[in-house]
Amino acid sequence: MKYVTEYRDAALVKGVIEEIHRTVTRPWTLMEICGGQTHAIVRHGIDQLLPKEIELVHGPGCPVCVTPLELIDKALAIASQPNVIFCSYGDMLRVPGSGRDLFSVKAQGGDVRVVYSPLDAVALAQKNPDKQVVFFAIGFETTAPANVMSVLQAQRLGLTNFSVLVSHVRVPPAMSAILGSPHNRVQGFLLAGHVNAVMGYHEYPPLMEQFQIPMVVTGFEPLDIVQGILKTAQLLEAGKVEVANAYQRAVTFDGLKPAQAAIEKVFCECDRTWRGIGMIPMSGWCLRPEFDSFNAEKRFNVGDIHTEESSLCIAGQILQGLKKPHDCPAFGKECTTENPLGATMVSSEGACAAYYKYGR
Amino acid sequence: MCLGVPGKIVEINDKSGLKMARVDFGGLFREACLDYVPEAQVGDYCVIHVGFAISILSESEAMETLDLLKQIADIEEELGPEPTS
Repeated sequence: MKYVTEYRDAALVKGVIEEIHRTVTRPWTLMEICGGQTHAIVRHGIDQLLPKEIELVHGPGCPVCVTPLELIDKALAIASQPNVIFCSYGDMLRVPGSGRDLFSVKAQGGDVRVVYSPLDAVALAQKNPDKQVVFFAIGFETTAPANVMSVLQAQRLGLTNFSVLVSHVRVPPAMSAILGSPHNRVQGFLLAGHVNAVMGYHEYPPLMEQFQIPMVVTGFEPLDIVQGILKTAQLLEAGKVEVANAYQRAVTFDGLKPAQAAIEKVFCECDRTWRGIGMIPMSGWCLRPEFDSFNAEKRFNVGDIHTEESSLCIAGQILQGLKKPHDCPAFGKECTTENPLGATMVSSEGACAAYYKYGR
Repeated sequence: MCLGVPGKIVEINDKSGLKMARVDFGGLFREACLDYVPEAQVGDYCVIHVGFAISILSESEAMETLDLLKQIADIEEELGPEPTS
């Protein structure tokens, strides 16, 4: 298919990787933000074809991984109530809360449904006026346009039986937290192309200035990823600090203005706890007070559920690029995709799941 | 979850006040919302993510990038790691 096949051209990918080998003279540590990119890198073996000087560490861009336990416990509490249809993106169903997961709520008779688009949840609310329909609105900037549209559409349709449980996170504050850490090893970033498709990349030059680190907007196909790595390596070797775009067919500097306006209308910035990492100030989005009537936390009175994170797994250090999956003593032993201890193994976008699935 | 997938718009219609499209993902058809890319036309390729178009793919930018990368790959061929004789 157009825009897919040509970006998986093995000869072209090989040619760009050769150029990376010719470019690199010193060791560099790069972080790809997005879990989708982590999986593409490991699945296509890109990490094994790079010069040994380039180390890729894997970022926190896995929404399922970073959704805090507390929110999952709230989701479980709401989904267990009678007369509720609880809708979620499929990835969230297997993520354990303090005790169980959404699948087990479903097995015990809860009406839990996987939706492809948040608008499917709105349609369910229209079809089931006698039920309360709740959508688990999680994700980064990529899912935000879809999630806020479900609220705006429910408002437009006058639905009183639709609400959202919001756990939204944003990339720039997470990058700021990683770069600001005294343990930081990251010297260059591959930015998450689809976050930039929505938000553009005008938010990143201030971060680049503050931390003096190059950043390259990068896509998701193998050719996109090696192009992003090449551009980052070229900037690092030349001692240049800039924000470059290696995903020009999909990303503009300004991004998708109508989507940004819709997000701004429905969401405001708030402090957010990231699973395994902790609270990052103003790193999330939550509903503006004027949309309180769509706020599931208020409708179902679960606002006072507070949960402590387990200290068993090292997902938090992996999500910050401080450790790799095999640094964990439980990796592939007590912790597997069949029996995950932490979210980076549960999620299809988690770094541990990628390493386990593709035999790293 | 951030895996947006490119698809081709084959039909545009209005549904409950939203601009919707039937999108061809290489033979698999699904519905997507075009409200954030109001200028999208039938025949355009978009990145679709959780049922929403989040970008109209630019053919000229795509060609430019591919040409650039082909040049890099050609350089490699010219240098040729080892002769075949």
